[in-house]
This record gives sequence, structure tokens and C-alpha cells, in this order.
Amino acid sequence: MQGGVRTVDELKKIATDIRKDIVSMLEAAGSGHSAGSLDLADIFTVLYFHSMKYDPKKPNWEERDVLFLSNGHTVPAQYAAMARAGYFPLEELKTLRKFGSRLQGHPERTKLPGLESTSGPLGCGLGQAAGFAYDIQYFEKQVHRFSYVIMGDGELDEGNIWESALFAGKYKLGHLIAFVDRNDIQLDGNTEDIMPLGDLVGKWQSFGWHVQEINGNNVKEIIEAIDLAKAIADKPCVIIARTIPGKGVDFMEYDYKWHGISPDEKQKNEALEDLDKECA
Amino acid sequence: MSNYVLAQDFNSEEPIRAGFGRGLKIAGDNNANVVALCADLTESIHMHVFKEAHPDRFIQVGISEQNLITVSSGLARAGKIPFAGSYAAFNPGRNWEQIKTTVCINDQPVKIVGCHSGINVGPDGATHQMLEDIALMRCLPNMTVIAPGDSIEAEKATIAAANSEKPCYLRLARIKTPIFSSIESPFKIGEAYILKEGTDVTLVGTGTMTSQLLIASKILYDNYGISAEVVHVPTIKPLDEDTIIGSVQKTGRVVTSEEAQIIGGLGSAVAEILCEKIPMPMLRLGINDRFGESGEPLELLDYFGLTGEKMALKIQEFVKKVPKYQKGF
Repeated sequence: MQGGVRTVDELKKIATDIRKDIVSMLEAAGSGHSAGSLDLADIFTVLYFHSMKYDPKKPNWEERDVLFLSNGHTVPAQYAAMARAGYFPLEELKTLRKFGSRLQGHPERTKLPGLESTSGPLGCGLGQAAGFAYDIQYFEKQVHRFSYVIMGDGELDEGNIWESALFAGKYKLGHLIAFVDRNDIQLDGNTEDIMPLGDLVGKWQSFGWHVQEINGNNVKEIIEAIDLAKAIADKPCVIIARTIPGKGVDFMEYDYKWHGISPDEKQKNEALEDLDKECA
Repeated sequence: MSNYVLAQDFNSEEPIRAGFGRGLKIAGDNNANVVALCADLTESIHMHVFKEAHPDRFIQVGISEQNLITVSSGLARAGKIPFAGSYAAFNPGRNWEQIKTTVCINDQPVKIVGCHSGINVGPDGATHQMLEDIALMRCLPNMTVIAPGDSIEAEKATIAAANSEKPCYLRLARIKTPIFSSIESPFKIGEAYILKEGTDVTLVGTGTMTSQLLIASKILYDNYGISAEVVHVPTIKPLDEDTIIGSVQKTGRVVTSEEAQIIGGLGSAVAEILCEKIPMPMLRLGINDRFGESGEPLELLDYFGLTGEKMALKIQEFVKKVPKYQKGF
């Protein structure tokens, strides 16, 4: 039900299109979060155009994989991926953050079919994805169904995350696949300055998780990591995806100041040129 | 007219939480989608009854109230009807934002069970005496707030909550509470009930305070010749405005009582509708902008003026002092 079999090059092209959508949407909105949205484009591309099972015509299809976006401020990337996957017209992307839009500044399930939840306040997504994964494993006993969650790295400051990490470890939630967007930034600065996360691999392992560390801007590595995570049935899996904040736009890359702001028109045009170059 | 079927006698008592325990088991018997989650207080909040009957549908989450709610939200998305239980001091005291975002904005039918509400928790002291939960839950869009008046009603309220498609908050209490309702008494979410008719003052109660108001109404009549109408409000939100307004139009005075902060609680809810629609002489009884403290349950209720006897004294003073509402007040 997903978009079919695609080559890595085709997926890269989709990721670039999503990045262009993000830049244009954020400029039109006049506010929003650029860095994380851009760096997650590759993961959303792989999820919506390779790994996840879903049907945009039947958003509540009972065999679909589910995706919980815990760091809801990166939702422009998800909206762009969903539009390109057929959930709604691309044209609607420019309504982001506008009055009356289904594309709220932070995602709201009740507004837009295809969203699994409502998020924005950080730390809440892992528990929800774990609850859904518990249902898949213990109640519905579905074999080929997965509950995905995307978290930010700064978000790991939240206690709720670690409560849910304990829970998933205890119940060996083998249908739970989590991403940590390890872009090393949060709103006030670099994560290791604001609140050091230290040995993330060791932390998650000690909570009973299977851990992989990958380049989260490499489509092939993302695909392989998900394939491995799906094959591990007796543990929840976390993929620590090292990404470049603002990925694809030279003047945004690695600069934490782009965490919570949007480009103006000039910056948008410059960004689109950068992304065209990447594509060429 | 009151057609409420009161208990034959008023002598038996049982903790409200015990009725919840039975109701949850029945809800689980009736519907395979009902699941129960608890944060390490299973027997204390009477979830063990469900756990013993439906072990596969009970989930222990440990001492993690934020996780309790987020996992429940995820289960609700998967089609389950989760009852998320702990003490009210922590649930919703600790996890209000998770409730707002992942249950209320997200509109999932999670049932939040806050046990040990009120000062009757007793010796545990102020940290464990949840008095702010009505205010916290009442202000949330999509949320239904229910505080059953006795264990029989709690059983019905739990089954009704399971059948509701909306988020619900069930406010329960630890103390043995006199049973005033009966198997035949009605319970429907959103309805208030006139338990006893009267002409001089309307007494509006919720949770543990309704039975105390019934005691107060007898003292008021026997000792002071005051005829009090007792209105029981198990559903604080949505509030049954028609029943309350109908009663106060008749009696011309209103007193509210709750084992909670009067700021933001039932008294506030009643004042909000009366101020807009029929301004009325009013007395609000409850905990007035202070925390509780350690003590025996009855000792504390007496100290805070929330026994039937103590409330009767305050109500008779109010009735003597304040003239009835008349048109043009």
C-alpha cells in the first residue's frame, strides 16, 4: 500500500522535493521550525515511500503501520511527505499554520486524517507508540505490523521519555521502532551544552532496547536499520539517527539558531537554489 | 418533583472506590476492548477486581503517571478503552499536560481514575490530599468530570464511562461513605438528581459531600425548621444546568459543598451559571484556598466544617442572614 518499490536514487529525489516543500511552506507561514524539519526529510521519505504499510484512502485501515511524531514541531516534514504520498493535495501545504488550515502549527489528529496523534509538548510520543505496540503484540497479536515513533534528541531531556523507555523494555515491545533525531541541537543551543545526553547507546541498551546508530541523512542506512529493527522480535528497537540540522541548506546547517525560525523570501530562494544543486 | 429512589436505610457505608472496582470488572465483562492500567496502586484503588477477572487486559506501568497517560492514549488510538488509574494527587496531579495534549486535544476515550481525592485521605497529609483535581479537569475541553456520591453510583458511573466515547475523569474517595442511592436509582452522565425536595434553600453536593448534605438537611429541619432541597451532582461537567436552575428558582438560595478547593470546583461551576442566568444568594462550602494536613478522616472533615453537623450550622446561619432571591435581585 505504500508508494511501491523505489531505488535509493528515487528516494533521494523525493527527500529533496520534501525539503523544498518545507522551505516554501515555512516561508509562506512566516514561522515554524526549519532545522529539524529539514534534517528529518530522509527518514520521513523512507517511512512513507519505502518501509511503512498504509493506504492514504483509508487512513484508519486496521493493518496499517502507525507513526507517532513526538517532536511535533518538525511536522512540516511529515505534512510534505503525506501530501506527496497522496493524503491531501500538495497545494494545501501552503496553508501551514494559517487560520482554518488542517495543517496546524503542531500536528492535530482530529484535524487531519492520517495523523495518529496530537503532539508538540515534548516527551509524549514514545508512550503512545508503546501503547499502540503493546496492542499489536499482546491484544491484536498482529505479526506484520509496526508502531514507529520519531523523537528529537533535545526531547530526551523529558522524564516521560524514560518512563516509557522502561515500559517498552519491560514488555519487550518487538513491534516498536523508535528514531532519535540526533542533530545535537535544541532551542537554546547544542544539546551537550544545554543538558548533556552522554552515552545514548549505553542508556537505551540499559533500558532493554536494541540500539543502532546510523547516518540519518543516508537513505540506504535508514532502510537497512528499519529492516533489522523489524527482524528483532523480542525487544523494542531504537535507531539513533545522526543528522545535520538544517540539512541541505548551507546557511542553516549545524546552526542551532535555525531550530525555531523560518526563512524569509530571500533566504527561501537561496535555500531552494542550494537544494537544486544537491539534486543536480 | 423528585422521583429519585433513595436507599431504604442510610446505615450502610462503603468506600466509593469499591464500587469503581466492581463497575470496572463489569465493564470488562461487557466489552473486550476495556483495558486497565495502574501505576503501582492496584489493590488500593480496587483495580485488582478487574485484574483477577481479566489478567490479560491489565497493564502494570509502575510509578510513572505521565507514561500511564501516554500509553493509555496510544492504546485508545488502537481501539481500546483504557482506564488509567492512580491516586488523584498524581493522576491528574502529576500528568495534567499529557492529559490535555494526548487525551483531550487528541480526543481519545481514556478514562482517568483519580482515587483518594479529598482530605479524607487523612494521615498521609497535604501532599496526598487532592483538592485541585475538579478545577484541573473541569477546564479541559472534551473532558467529562464525574464524582460519584457513593459506591453503588460509582459502579454505574464506571460502566457509563466505559460506554462513553469521550475522555472522562472519575473522582473517587478512600473513606467509607454512607450509601444513599440504590440499585434502582438513575445514573446518566450529565444528569443531576433531586434527592429530597425543600423550599427554603437548595443544597448542591458532589462526591462524598452529598451524603453529608442529606444529614445536614435533616438537622436543618429538625433543629431549625428549615426545608432544604438536596441536589446531587455526580457529573460536574457537563453540568445539569436545568435541574440546578429549576431548584434554585423555587428555593431562592443555594449552597454548594465539595471535598475540594472551592476555587474552580463545583461551587465555581454552579456560580458561573447562576451569575449569568439567575444571580442568587450563595454560600460555597469546601476547602477555601488552603492545603489539608494529617489527621483522622472524620477529624479533618470536622475541622474543615464538612460534616453534616458542621455544614448544618453554617447553612442555618446563611439562611437566617440572607433573604431569598426575588426577581430583580
